[in-house]
Amino acid sequence: MTSGPHHPGRNHHVALLALAGIYVTAICAGFFAPYDPSTQSRDLAFVPPTGLHWVDVSGTIHLRPFVYQEGRAYPVRFFVRGAPYRIGRFVPGERHLLGVDAPAMLFLLGTDGFGRDQLSRLLYGAQISLFAGPLGAALSVAIGLVLGGLAGFFGGWVDTVIMRAGELFLAVPWFYLLFAVRMALPLRIEPQDAFVMILAIVAVVGWARPARLIRGIVLSGTTRDYVVAARALGASDLHVLRRHVLPQAFGVALTQAALLAPQYILAEATLSFFGLGVGEPVPSWGNMLAVLQRYDVLSSYWWMFLPGGALLAVFLLYYLVADALHERVAALPG
Amino acid sequence: MRYVWRRLGHAVLVLLGVSFLTFVLAAAAPGSLVDELRLDPRVSPETIEAMRVRYGVNDAVPAQYLRWLESIGRGELGFSIAYNGPVGPLLWPRVRNTLLLTIPATLLSWLIALPLGTWSAGRKGGWLDRLTAGATTTLLGIPELVLGLGLLLFAVRTGYLPTGGMTSLNFEELEPWQQMRDVLVHLILPVTALTLVSLPVLVRHVRASVAEVVRARFIQAARAAGVPERRLLVRHALRTAANPLISLFGLSLAGLLSASFVIETIMSWPGLGPLLLAAVAARDLHVVVAAVSCSTVLLVAGNLLADGLLYLADPRVRPERA
Repeated sequence: MTSGPHHPGRNHHVALLALAGIYVTAICAGFFAPYDPSTQSRDLAFVPPTGLHWVDVSGTIHLRPFVYQEGRAYPVRFFVRGAPYRIGRFVPGERHLLGVDAPAMLFLLGTDGFGRDQLSRLLYGAQISLFAGPLGAALSVAIGLVLGGLAGFFGGWVDTVIMRAGELFLAVPWFYLLFAVRMALPLRIEPQDAFVMILAIVAVVGWARPARLIRGIVLSGTTRDYVVAARALGASDLHVLRRHVLPQAFGVALTQAALLAPQYILAEATLSFFGLGVGEPVPSWGNMLAVLQRYDVLSSYWWMFLPGGALLAVFLLYYLVADALHERVAALPG
Repeated sequence: MRYVWRRLGHAVLVLLGVSFLTFVLAAAAPGSLVDELRLDPRVSPETIEAMRVRYGVNDAVPAQYLRWLESIGRGELGFSIAYNGPVGPLLWPRVRNTLLLTIPATLLSWLIALPLGTWSAGRKGGWLDRLTAGATTTLLGIPELVLGLGLLLFAVRTGYLPTGGMTSLNFEELEPWQQMRDVLVHLILPVTALTLVSLPVLVRHVRASVAEVVRARFIQAARAAGVPERRLLVRHALRTAANPLISLFGLSLAGLLSASFVIETIMSWPGLGPLLLAAVAARDLHVVVAAVSCSTVLLVAGNLLADGLLYLADPRVRPERA
């Protein structure tokens, strides 16, 4: 079969690579970010992105870019010593990719209302925003695998109970359900716990659709000739589940996870945007965008939109990957 | 007729289930509005205890739920502690406003998606098809939150459109026809946002369904018999593809209502979304349950409508399920 006007086969490698790059950058946020995300420069609120210059006043061209601070030029340096950080909690470091000598500041993407570096916050925020999605999706799909598997395999009242419960979760518009589940948890919550809370919420909200799909696969899987033959040869329930059913369910589970991940990234962003998710001072892409609810910020400071642009890029990449996965699973024999 | 009753009965059961589930979730929440009052030193413990008794917070959750169900009969849908009044009168204008957004957005997106999807299915690989495919993929990748903020930015920068709310400040002083015009102008931005959200999914599905039919033998036969291409697509292919598309109507509603939550809240449109958000923040139990149930009613009603349409459009559906 010829694939339509576009060729997902080629695109999705690029998309996967780009996603991987973004995730690695997020993990190593400490190194790529010039500053600590909560360091404030109160007198430098809403400073526009620092201009990088190559040509100075006298017209000389410099190979090393520099920034102006009160009329003086400061060259941009690589691997500078700065605020200490940890990569993945354990590896300590204090070298940053870029930096300038004090008293100049390097705000490549401007600052927010507290004078915090937007680039550093974007990078650290990615650690929360980008990981809530896939982890939540994995949890949801895992619950879906177990419950859908049980429902399809045992049938009877187990099936009825699980599928009816799933129906309730699918009957509510998604964001309404998200906030209803959010209602069950305390209003004020520590930023560290908020991440776990969001994972729990999205896992509860999203298990029904994967469960339904997995159940369908299990149902069709247990009635196949070769499964019946295996049973006739004395295969146990567990054996059939492990050898014949789960491998088939795996492709569907993977596609579902790829589809759910961006949706959950958005869930985190939306919860935090409305002040019910990750709160200050910990940055997340959602709570960074929240300041745009102020008219003056919305109309004047375009760089506050950058987390939105980042969300957009990640979303597009995820959809490309999910599309490719979907086509690949659909093309599988059987 | 039995079919209709069965579908209705099922819908009522789902609604009961959803409202009970929400009630249990919301009641399990630590802290209520009454508890928040405890932080206020001017409110005595006796007053708080009296309030707890009055609002029935002390009772078991099932008993509270039954009382809530009872109040539906009186059109109250419970009691809002934050607004100090029954929930019903709070809810109805909000539902109307949400419908005011979602119905035009649904109509608009189908009006665009049907011709666009059919056309690109007919000219697979043509320039329009490729353009549509690119545009839908891009639109799919734009989260509602970012789309809403982007449109707001556009409104702020150009100044052509109001940047939020449903009416202008001087709304009360306007003539009736001016009031209508005012609301219409305020509708443009959120309806555009919602249409852009639901459009890509619809276009993709219309294209896929029509493309599947176009491959069928009877279309080839009709083409061989000299039926013009346009008539072939509209009269034969689109009609045959109507079935999955009607089902899609019900499904797409879920996404639309969900997106409406975000768009309403960002653009401060006084619909169900902002009401729910404020109620969650204020721990206003009955309002949360009522708003969530209400959104479910809208969704279930849409699905019932789709089922009804399917029943009318396709005789094959009837004997199986009746």
